[in-house]
Amino acid sequence: MNRRILAAMRYTRRNPALAVGIGLLLAVVLFWGIGSIFVPFSRTSALSVPASRVPSWEFPLGTDRQGRDLLAVMIAGTSLTLRIGLIAGFIGMFIGTILGFVSAYYRGAVDTIIRGSVDVLLTVPSLLVMILVAVALKGGLTVEGMALVVSILAWVWPTRTIRAQVLTMRESGYIRVAQLSGMSSPEIIVKEMMPNLLPYLGASLVNAVAAAILASIGLEALGLGPMESPTLGMTIYWVLHYSALLHGMWWWWAPPIIIIVTVFVGLFLFSSGLDELANPRVRRAA
Amino acid sequence: MRSIIELRNITKVFGEGRSRTVAVDDFSLAIDAESPPIKALVGESGSGKTTIALLMLGFITPTTGEMLYKGRNFQRLSRRERRMFRREVQAIFQDPFGVYNPFYKVDHVLDVVIAKLHLASSRAKYQALKEEALRGVGLRPEETLGRYPHQLSGGQRQRITVARALLMRPKFIIADEPVSMVDASLRATILESLTKLNRELHIPILYITHDLTTAYHVCDDITILYQGSMVESGDVEQVIKDPKHPYTQLLVGSIPWPDPSRRWGEGQVAVVDRESTGADNQCKFAPRCPFVMPICREGRPPLFQVDNGHAVACYLYEDKPVVEGGKIGPC
Amino acid sequence: MNTQLLKLQELRVFYHSDEGAVKAVDGVTLSLAKGERLGLVGESGCGKSTVAMAIMGLIKPPGRIEGGRILLGEVDLTKLSEGEMRRVRLNQVSLIPQGAMNSLNPVSQVKNQIIDGMRAHNQHISKRELRSRVYEVLESVGLRRDVARMYPHELSGGMKQRVCVAIAISLHPQVIIADEPSSALDVVVQREVMETIGQLQQELGASVILAGHDMGLMAQFVNRLAVLYAGKLVEISPVKDLFAKPLHPYTQLLLASLPGLGERGVFRGIPGLTPSLVDVPPGCLFYPRCPRAMDICSQEVPALREEDGRQVACHLYDSEVLT
Repeated sequence: MNRRILAAMRYTRRNPALAVGIGLLLAVVLFWGIGSIFVPFSRTSALSVPASRVPSWEFPLGTDRQGRDLLAVMIAGTSLTLRIGLIAGFIGMFIGTILGFVSAYYRGAVDTIIRGSVDVLLTVPSLLVMILVAVALKGGLTVEGMALVVSILAWVWPTRTIRAQVLTMRESGYIRVAQLSGMSSPEIIVKEMMPNLLPYLGASLVNAVAAAILASIGLEALGLGPMESPTLGMTIYWVLHYSALLHGMWWWWAPPIIIIVTVFVGLFLFSSGLDELANPRVRRAA
Repeated sequence: MRSIIELRNITKVFGEGRSRTVAVDDFSLAIDAESPPIKALVGESGSGKTTIALLMLGFITPTTGEMLYKGRNFQRLSRRERRMFRREVQAIFQDPFGVYNPFYKVDHVLDVVIAKLHLASSRAKYQALKEEALRGVGLRPEETLGRYPHQLSGGQRQRITVARALLMRPKFIIADEPVSMVDASLRATILESLTKLNRELHIPILYITHDLTTAYHVCDDITILYQGSMVESGDVEQVIKDPKHPYTQLLVGSIPWPDPSRRWGEGQVAVVDRESTGADNQCKFAPRCPFVMPICREGRPPLFQVDNGHAVACYLYEDKPVVEGGKIGPC
Repeated sequence: MNTQLLKLQELRVFYHSDEGAVKAVDGVTLSLAKGERLGLVGESGCGKSTVAMAIMGLIKPPGRIEGGRILLGEVDLTKLSEGEMRRVRLNQVSLIPQGAMNSLNPVSQVKNQIIDGMRAHNQHISKRELRSRVYEVLESVGLRRDVARMYPHELSGGMKQRVCVAIAISLHPQVIIADEPSSALDVVVQREVMETIGQLQQELGASVILAGHDMGLMAQFVNRLAVLYAGKLVEISPVKDLFAKPLHPYTQLLLASLPGLGERGVFRGIPGLTPSLVDVPPGCLFYPRCPRAMDICSQEVPALREEDGRQVACHLYDSEVLT
């Protein structure tokens, strides 16, 4: 076990992106984890604490115009926003993976339909579609509902990229050998192709999650999100609504931005790091 | 003489319109199961030899012509017969690295076969079977099992693929350039394995290559392919020592002999414009042929039987009898 | 000797990996005379491509030239900066790489790729001059003029390789290094390309280093042949002598393993495997596979000894008298 830890540590020296990325994401998760032990969730509701307070010992991040403890809001919001991103990202990847594999392996009519749909849907501005759906559902949108809205188009890009990867893999020698050995198509997909795609799927998943988070924040900032929930995007919405910038309430608009930036930089670095791990040719010299 | 696989007037065309390529053109070949030979299929890259391999393995279907498996049309096989075909017709490919899934150890290729065919009933038998298979191709199990593909040499990897093919108990093996990506000093052992399994286990082998010298050493008879068509076929001694078709002569003359006193063949090597392939109604080799005659541009030459079992598709021999129905005379 | 154009002295190139240093080239000493064709032959992992790359100054991290000198005339190429090395490349030493398919820019016309190299060495050359040089160089490799306006994908493998030859000779270098120039080509085209290279070499009075694994090709093309094994030089000889009477056991076994048109059905491989280049055992690296190994072979690395204009690194020749 010891040897593995040492090898992992040596690897982080060669791949700082991966290490820093994981570090940033871990910091955010710890922020939420430790924070949620000490700060009650109740403080995220409006009028639970005195409004518009500057940061103090009692309220380390101050309070907003509606009487929410901003520290509590940040802690809760981080978890909620990440949750939306993860749910939507996973749904998108799951659907995308199945469609991508089926399309590339079986070819023929199935491939034409799936590929055609993907090509058409990629040209559709996804934010617009989501806005339309969100507007139609306005009122009564929960966090989970938000995740579902975001995942409507989250599968499109993964389908395309996974299809491309599988198409290449399909022609390789080991797939032919597997066919010669009598393996059936589903067996080949699961046992021969999947394992090699894992790092690639991982990187795609991270990208899907990042895109989902971004989309959700975008919708929420426009006021189309779950109004009752203290997600990061909703906080941005309230910040805009109450002109916190003009009023100099830096403790209100700065923290969500810092957390969002940290999450995105972390996800980006993690994704770069995974790419380097998966693609040996990109690996830099010692 | 029942053949296990027979190709009858197979033509395979890829693409349409401007990108239309005729990879295989009216090609016939029969693999005899009773006195199984090692047959060589020789051609340069782009000659269609890999397409023929893929056709024989059932991975692609011909555009026209038919393929017979044990006398029955391949397209009309039942599921059970298809499964039998899958088991009996095996292959060894060119790239000793690409045939391994980099995610798994090399044992994986053997494991899959043993599991699929239920060859072992217990763990102990499983392991024993793997070790025996490796020893059968001259490898030591302790040096090869449990390793990843990149940890073994090209020669070792290629021998494991031979072992895998043998585990399937095949009735026919197609070896597509099995040693061209393997170091010279390691080639001999692989070629030896192939000859051994033909002589001892009586399995016919189709040895596909561009390298005439290894073909000469391993094979009994040889077929020369040019742009998808057979140009010469016969006993390997005859074809190599006394090539009849101008293309075969060109090939034999271009072999770099490992002997400084034996220079590359004399004879003009015309610098060729590859794009000017023979049009449909002439001999394909006409644009490059030093012996071209007017008749060569009028139509495709049929196969003429010049000798016992030796046939050439060239108008230089039009005084000889034409081979009927792809059946070259006494083999 | 004044006619030694290129001299490699104790060249060492190591690749640094997690497991340690891979000694790809470990103390290679050889020289190339003006107008000579030298072959570098060996199997995969012997270091021949690394030597070719080192001479061109193209060793990139994690590889590094650890020691030794590469003398082109009086200049030590290992000591040059990248800028200085760039002036040497193409102009004095050029490379015909392996796998022509991948070396040409797919979105650039042939003429532009030839011009690029020429322009890089001389900014002030006129357009007309460039054009005539392009035609001249295409003709010398046996290609038609209209190939200049074509894109690589419109050419066959042999033609692409000839374009690479054209680029390599465009500035009339003194040394042409050909790294397996014909391995992707079929035997007929291979002969055409090699004969073209040979012809050009004679016209230019240049020297050629041919790196490869095909002993047959070496026999047909080179004057002198150097055999590499596991990063070390084991034998150098004029090619006729080497084939007539190979000195080193590895060379002997290698020649014996080649299928000629002699007896059919006899196969003689070399048992065993090439050694690890990371954990290099002491003594001669061929010891485990050598049919004539002696005790001293596992302890002491044999030095390159001279005998009759030939050099061999083998303890069997230790007591030979130097001529």
